[in-house]
Amino acid sequence: MRAIESFEVPAPPRVNYINAQYGLKSWLLTKDHKRIALLYLGSITFFFFIGGLYAMMIRLELLTPQGDLLQSTTYNKVFTQHGIIMIFFFLIPSIPATLGNFLIPMMIGAKDLAFPRINLLSWYIYLLGGVITIYALLAGGVDTGWTFYTPFSTTFSNSYVVATGLGIFINGFSSILTGLNFIVTIHTMRAPGMTWFRMPLFIWSHYATSLIFILGTPVIAITILLLAFERIAHVGIFDPALGGDPILFQHLFWFYSHPAVYIMVLPSMGVISELIANFSRKNIFGYSFVAFSSLAIAVFGFLVWGHHLFVTSQSVYAGMIFSFLSFAVAIPSAIKVFNWTATLYKSSISYDTPMLYALGFIGLFTVGGMTGLFLASLAVDVHLSDTYFVVAHFHYIMVGGALMGYLGGLHYWWPKISGRMYPEGWGRFSALVIFVGFNLTFLPQFIAGYLGMPRRYHAYPPEFQVFNVLSTAGASILGFGMLIPAIYFVWSMRYGKHAEANPWHLPGLEWRTQSPPPTENFEVTPIVTWDAYEFAPREETEVVGKFRPELERI
Amino acid sequence: MATEATTQDVHGHRSLQHHFENMEQQREAGTLGMWVFLVTEIMFFGGMFLAYTLYRSAYPASFASASNHLDITLGALNTGVLILSSFTMAMAVYFTQVGKRRPQVLCLVVTLLLGLTFLGVKAVEYYDKYEDHLIPGRLIPGNPFNPAVQAEGQPVDPHKLHLLPGATVKQVELFFWIYFAMTGMHALHMIIGAGLLTFLIIFSLKGRFDPEYHSPVEVIGLYWHFVDIVWIFLFPLLYLLGRHLEHG
Repeated sequence: MRAIESFEVPAPPRVNYINAQYGLKSWLLTKDHKRIALLYLGSITFFFFIGGLYAMMIRLELLTPQGDLLQSTTYNKVFTQHGIIMIFFFLIPSIPATLGNFLIPMMIGAKDLAFPRINLLSWYIYLLGGVITIYALLAGGVDTGWTFYTPFSTTFSNSYVVATGLGIFINGFSSILTGLNFIVTIHTMRAPGMTWFRMPLFIWSHYATSLIFILGTPVIAITILLLAFERIAHVGIFDPALGGDPILFQHLFWFYSHPAVYIMVLPSMGVISELIANFSRKNIFGYSFVAFSSLAIAVFGFLVWGHHLFVTSQSVYAGMIFSFLSFAVAIPSAIKVFNWTATLYKSSISYDTPMLYALGFIGLFTVGGMTGLFLASLAVDVHLSDTYFVVAHFHYIMVGGALMGYLGGLHYWWPKISGRMYPEGWGRFSALVIFVGFNLTFLPQFIAGYLGMPRRYHAYPPEFQVFNVLSTAGASILGFGMLIPAIYFVWSMRYGKHAEANPWHLPGLEWRTQSPPPTENFEVTPIVTWDAYEFAPREETEVVGKFRPELERI
Repeated sequence: MATEATTQDVHGHRSLQHHFENMEQQREAGTLGMWVFLVTEIMFFGGMFLAYTLYRSAYPASFASASNHLDITLGALNTGVLILSSFTMAMAVYFTQVGKRRPQVLCLVVTLLLGLTFLGVKAVEYYDKYEDHLIPGRLIPGNPFNPAVQAEGQPVDPHKLHLLPGATVKQVELFFWIYFAMTGMHALHMIIGAGLLTFLIIFSLKGRFDPEYHSPVEVIGLYWHFVDIVWIFLFPLLYLLGRHLEHG
């Protein structure tokens, strides 16, 4: 043994929200928004992998033109359940319930959301809805498509429509409560000095999302309730035999479900605004335009549902108006994309993992949005309706948009959430794999759809096989890419490098407290005297050279 | 920590939750929360109002015929009962704000009794519909929708459905489903309201509310008024259609 031995003296663990209390009960009965966010994170990840399993089955079946792996009835259930799980139990709660829940109080300098108990309740409601839906899946599944169109769902389907509907109905209340909590928190809980126009854009986009939560979700709740009664008791508000109108169901359904697309993508846009400004170390270009474009998307989003009904008996004049309004909703979306791009111009960009996701988002969202304009055109939609073009379009928005933002945000705030750094090299690698895999999966579907391959069939003419083989290959790469973060996030919770309070060196309030934060978020209520993206003056950056965090400490 | 505790003793109210800075912020959050919740309620009922509007304009004769079959006396009575209960609820909020506990409890109890009266009258009406086989679909197994239809020229029988020209029994069934869906959902809200009032009465008796802390009374009062307003819309829309055609 040598006389002098050097060893690390372990620093005493600081009290934070993770180690403040131990035991299962302290988690299941917690009222801390940060712990509830983690409860959500665990549960939505679970549902994500179930939904991913169904996606894998779809892609495997479509590898060959014949319906050989799954029968048509099973295939109907598989794509229905893929949609239901991914939309209602992953995408809609994904960013708001995890990152939003964790960050909204921290970003505005509050100790918690306005209603901590309601916040916990919303998680239990989500769980109850999830358990009922899983029961329906295990009992025999549902085959109506995630859209539950009548009269198939009310009269003819022999699957578990009511149980699944009940699960979604219950889950809806969790969204409503989350939205309510966010709105009240943003209105009443801001720290001194945190004016509306000093709020990070993440907050603005969550405010807009919450508006959709509270205005849209109750409509799907009553619609599903009426649907369930109609199926059980044959009281037909949608039943033509009684003078009811099945198309009314589509109107009510899409009145929620189209804005629901914005529920998925708006929070993601909020994340991207943070990432773009912070990783290019430049104040966002046109802050108030980006902020108000979120609200504009939320408002316009409620006025375009009719573009899902272009090929129904909807009047042609209604169709024209809905077509026009659908084009109009592209304006605020484009404002965001242009402002992000303008922010990047002549800025000091660092290509860390979150930024890779953000740059990926801009490209993929642009493709998704532009193809949406094809579908908003009345005549083109008649050709493209119910083809793989539609499938590719909304996956570009939901996966290329919402999921990219979610993963980018998760990487970006992971040091704050877990107190550990994720492995940067693996992070960049998996971001690239996911980007490549995603494009390989869904680009060919645009072509297949444009050539006329319909969606929701388990067999298809052989001339479409080349696109489907590409797509399945891409899906495998995408699935592999998703596994990498799943592994290293878990790994980093134990073995990752300890994160400092502000690993990215940013001005936001959430970075001005320790990582992970204490239960009360801040030791003293902060007083805000700066704008959301107020970075150090340019001269300082030039002295230091490049804006690498490790250099900045010199 | 110690200094924090003492400042809380000086400035904090015992009902102040830890994450609020002061009572004013807590009250504001609670009230805004209820208003936002009521917005969701409007959207929830809105789906049914939309269905009502569509089918009422598509089948005016059937809706008028079915509407005439509802008991306007009981409906009007219930409207009065609810308006009165809104008044006593408003007074309960007022007495809480000024800190008069005894009239506050009294007003809450009267509000609760009026609410229960409403539900009782509603139950009588529902039972009448059951007797006349007006429950739509298979909502009640073994008792399908099968009303007796009044033949032309026969003496008026209140238990028989009088169809105006152009009305059909199937469309009347659609009306009755909308009627039961809307009033049933309204009654469910009344039952929840009665539960909330019971909670308020218990806590008032315990002396939990005072001029500094009255937001639960205020917030539940908002909810109660909202449920009343829904009825104010339901009553004319459901009960008062086509009376003039019947008796004019």
